[in-house]
Amino acid sequence: MTATQVIAPGWTASPSPLPVFEHRLAGYRRIWRGSVFSTFLLPVLFLLGMGISVGAFVNRAGELGVPYLDYIAPGLLASTALQVAIGETTWPVMSAFSWIRTYHAMRASPLRPKDLVGGETLFVSLRVGMSAVGFLIVMILFGTVHSWWGVAALPVALVVGAAVAGPVLAFAATIKSDNMFALLYRFAVIPMTLFAGVFFPVAEMPLVARWIAYASPLWHGVELCRAATLGWPPLLPVAAHVAYLAVWAIVGYLLACSRFAKKLTD
Amino acid sequence: MPDEPLIHARGLVKRFGEFTAVDGIDVDVHRGEAFGFLGPNGAGKSSTMRMIGCVSPPTGGMLRILGLDPVRDGPQIRGRLGVCPQQDSLDPELTVTENITVYARYFGIPRRVARERAAELLEFVQLDERANDKVEPLSGGMKRRLTIARALVNEPELVLLDEPTTGLDPQARHLVWERLFRLRQRGVTLVLTTHYMDEAEQLCDRLVVMDRGKIVAEGSPRELIERHSTREVLELRFGEDALEIYTGKLAGIGERVEVLPDRILVYATDGDAAAKAVHDRQLSPSSVLVRRSSLEDVFLHLTGRTLVED
Repeated sequence: MTATQVIAPGWTASPSPLPVFEHRLAGYRRIWRGSVFSTFLLPVLFLLGMGISVGAFVNRAGELGVPYLDYIAPGLLASTALQVAIGETTWPVMSAFSWIRTYHAMRASPLRPKDLVGGETLFVSLRVGMSAVGFLIVMILFGTVHSWWGVAALPVALVVGAAVAGPVLAFAATIKSDNMFALLYRFAVIPMTLFAGVFFPVAEMPLVARWIAYASPLWHGVELCRAATLGWPPLLPVAAHVAYLAVWAIVGYLLACSRFAKKLTD
Repeated sequence: MPDEPLIHARGLVKRFGEFTAVDGIDVDVHRGEAFGFLGPNGAGKSSTMRMIGCVSPPTGGMLRILGLDPVRDGPQIRGRLGVCPQQDSLDPELTVTENITVYARYFGIPRRVARERAAELLEFVQLDERANDKVEPLSGGMKRRLTIARALVNEPELVLLDEPTTGLDPQARHLVWERLFRLRQRGVTLVLTTHYMDEAEQLCDRLVVMDRGKIVAEGSPRELIERHSTREVLELRFGEDALEIYTGKLAGIGERVEVLPDRILVYATDGDAAAKAVHDRQLSPSSVLVRRSSLEDVFLHLTGRTLVED
């Protein structure tokens, strides 16, 4: 074959996460239209259903300082980032290990487990970024963004995505059956969505519940997004919230790398 | 190091807990060879292949692939290997071409080169007409050929094929064999595992017979047959009778007699002469067949068991 000379010698020496990201893109190319549509549809439904309908019954005395819709919209943005990140790191990852066996195919190439984890995290960031942009546009159209700081909600969404992607990748590489994802949703995703400050201030809850909320990555994302779109100062310094999420992201990434390596070596 | 073997193993061991899958094997595979691991399921062939593929670190012994250490230099070695795994790992959501081009990217191959090679390889495995189809509706044989094409995209120095035709119908098997034969002609080094003796005979220059983690014989198919079997075999069937009673009645005919549950094998240099001797003793088998010895007979002689339990 004549193509040999085109490739510089040593091209196998530098495996990277990019080809893994490209693999996910190749699959996503077939469904992106529907995906983009729901990226805009979901926030519209959330804001209409939760913000406007429920908002008409709560906050009548104005304790929140802003309309209920404006209060929950940034929280919903953060929780959407979390949902998208978890959606992309659960069943698709289980499938790549056990059903389609994509990771085993990748394992026969120079790619290392950390390239797989890195590539998946890149793809999660793309999907979370797209969803956050869609959500923010809808929020602007609903008049819920009070400050130019609102654009800061986008990087916050990416950090939230990375903070949950790592641990969930590690979880997906550890469990034997996809039934365990139901537990993840029941005991982590749904409680976080309900009690981590998306729909009402965490300060309303009893002390123990409050600290559980503080420990969850979502609460920090909600606080930062709300501060951004309403132009409020967050409860803790921004750096503290970001640092806490970064710890989740870094520890999760390292954990995922070691779980991937274990799962793909025998 | 012009003559350094591509695979060099000494006392290679793989254990999973208490179970020893590979029990101290010595193997050398040289450039340009078609080398086979023949043995029944559970003989340790796939475990050996996974160690060679650098996804399973050896428990003991020494292993060098392309002169490198599979534990330390895994990525570098894998970049020069082509792997056709036993279990399908094609992506059903991508097209036939995309399955190759996306895979090529794992090896750092530029997109344009990947597209050119995908076109060449699909032609080679006779799938060019399906280039833009999804993978899902392809037959088992087509998927296997696509997996072989995919394994060749990095122009590997060494191609590992784990049970390349298991689960395929006879026609699909022959198509795969024909392609592998062409690869062999091009000088590509092939290492394959199989529990089909006809596959080993057709494709391998040299092979080792494995049983329970150990190598029990090594050589070319012809050498193995000459060393461990006779030139011809007489197969006798005797209706419903228990066959053990014939052991004594057949004594002295041929060099050796093996009694299987459903038939008796008489190993002889001249099968027809042996058949005549059987008739001369007033025995009346329900069927008589004279055939050439095969690797199946070698395996039976070495282990006392048949390769494919049926």
